[in-house]
Amino acid sequence: MIIKVLGPGCKKCKMLLEHVNEAIEKTGVEAEVIKVEDMAEIVRYGVMLTPALVIDEVVVSSGKILMTKDIVKLIQK
Amino acid sequence: MVIFDWINSQLLRMEWLYELVRLLVENVFGLSMQERLGGSVHFFIYDVIKIFILLSVLIFGISYIQSYFPPERTRKILGRFDGLSANILGALLGTVTPFCSCSSIPLFIGFTGAGLPIGVTFSFLISSPLVDLASVILLASIFNWQIAIAYVVVGLILAVIGGSIISKAKMEKYVEPFVFSNKIMDIEQEELTTADRVEFSKNQVLDIIKRVWIYILIGVGIGAAIHNWIPENIISAVLGQDKWYSVIIATLAGVPMYADIFGTLPIAEALVLKGVGLGTALSFMMGVTALSLPSMIMLKKVVKTKLLVVFGGLVTVGIIIIGYSFNAFGYLFL
Repeated sequence: MIIKVLGPGCKKCKMLLEHVNEAIEKTGVEAEVIKVEDMAEIVRYGVMLTPALVIDEVVVSSGKILMTKDIVKLIQK
Repeated sequence: MVIFDWINSQLLRMEWLYELVRLLVENVFGLSMQERLGGSVHFFIYDVIKIFILLSVLIFGISYIQSYFPPERTRKILGRFDGLSANILGALLGTVTPFCSCSSIPLFIGFTGAGLPIGVTFSFLISSPLVDLASVILLASIFNWQIAIAYVVVGLILAVIGGSIISKAKMEKYVEPFVFSNKIMDIEQEELTTADRVEFSKNQVLDIIKRVWIYILIGVGIGAAIHNWIPENIISAVLGQDKWYSVIIATLAGVPMYADIFGTLPIAEALVLKGVGLGTALSFMMGVTALSLPSMIMLKKVVKTKLLVVFGGLVTVGIIIIGYSFNAFGYLFL
């Protein structure tokens, strides 16, 4: 699976990225994690609040820093 | 009326807390409130506790309300209006829609790309950091209700006028073209349950406290220093009510700084207690919150420099005008 963390680079998006990496470590799921900082691309997903999380091209959350346990639930689906 | 006064003095001004801390300072620390050390210790402890309590309660309540206004819904609502009413609505919704300054770009692009006139988006962007329900209540707690309401009204007017000017001046051509060319995907809005909203609000409180606690301590620290250590004549010399340039200095000092509004309130409070004009103190606060270097830097990516300068200039001038007005009419409120 391809997980993208969308955000222009402020603390919030860094935290989301950390939680994503933690979740992947915990579950051992095979995933490529990409940080997207380019505005034009972020907006292409229709996202208006960063940070946002995209899994396999589907926006699963925007505007929240998800807790690691919530991300675990999402990637295990 | 009695109930209102009670709410005002006990819940907002927290007079009980003032007394409790006074007892602590005088009986436990053995310091006199009239002396500098005792006075500043009291100011520091009382203000920090008060701000943190208010902060938590307010952010929770307001986040709960905000969970009903995700930007996607705001965008849909605004899309149905045009002209001045759209600007007014944009300014009003800016106060209830949650976002941090790094989201200003995706929000801007999201709104503009969907066809909202940029003036409306700017009304939203101006009112959002400036008029924040939580800080309005904090203003009421530190000063009084009349000032808080006047601040809201004035902030909204600034947002509406600023946005309208930008629209009228047809500044769309200064927006980077890619903003308009992009396809807006309407993300499906999942309905939130009450439990979701509580969870969201709780996380907002923790998140915001984590981000601003240091600003609050610094702000209260500076406020305490001003309150008790910096002699009145130095402050008067620079920011005194009779100095015509005080508002300008306060605004210009505030603009390049960015701190959370909660951190600036104790500074504004201490300044006013030292005889600085209400308008001057408010201008400082508005300068710090309305314009922030981080969001200006981000806006630069979607908007050409000329528009950015117009936006910054309009808001700065607006704040200066507001500052003078509050100084002139402040006696009506205090």
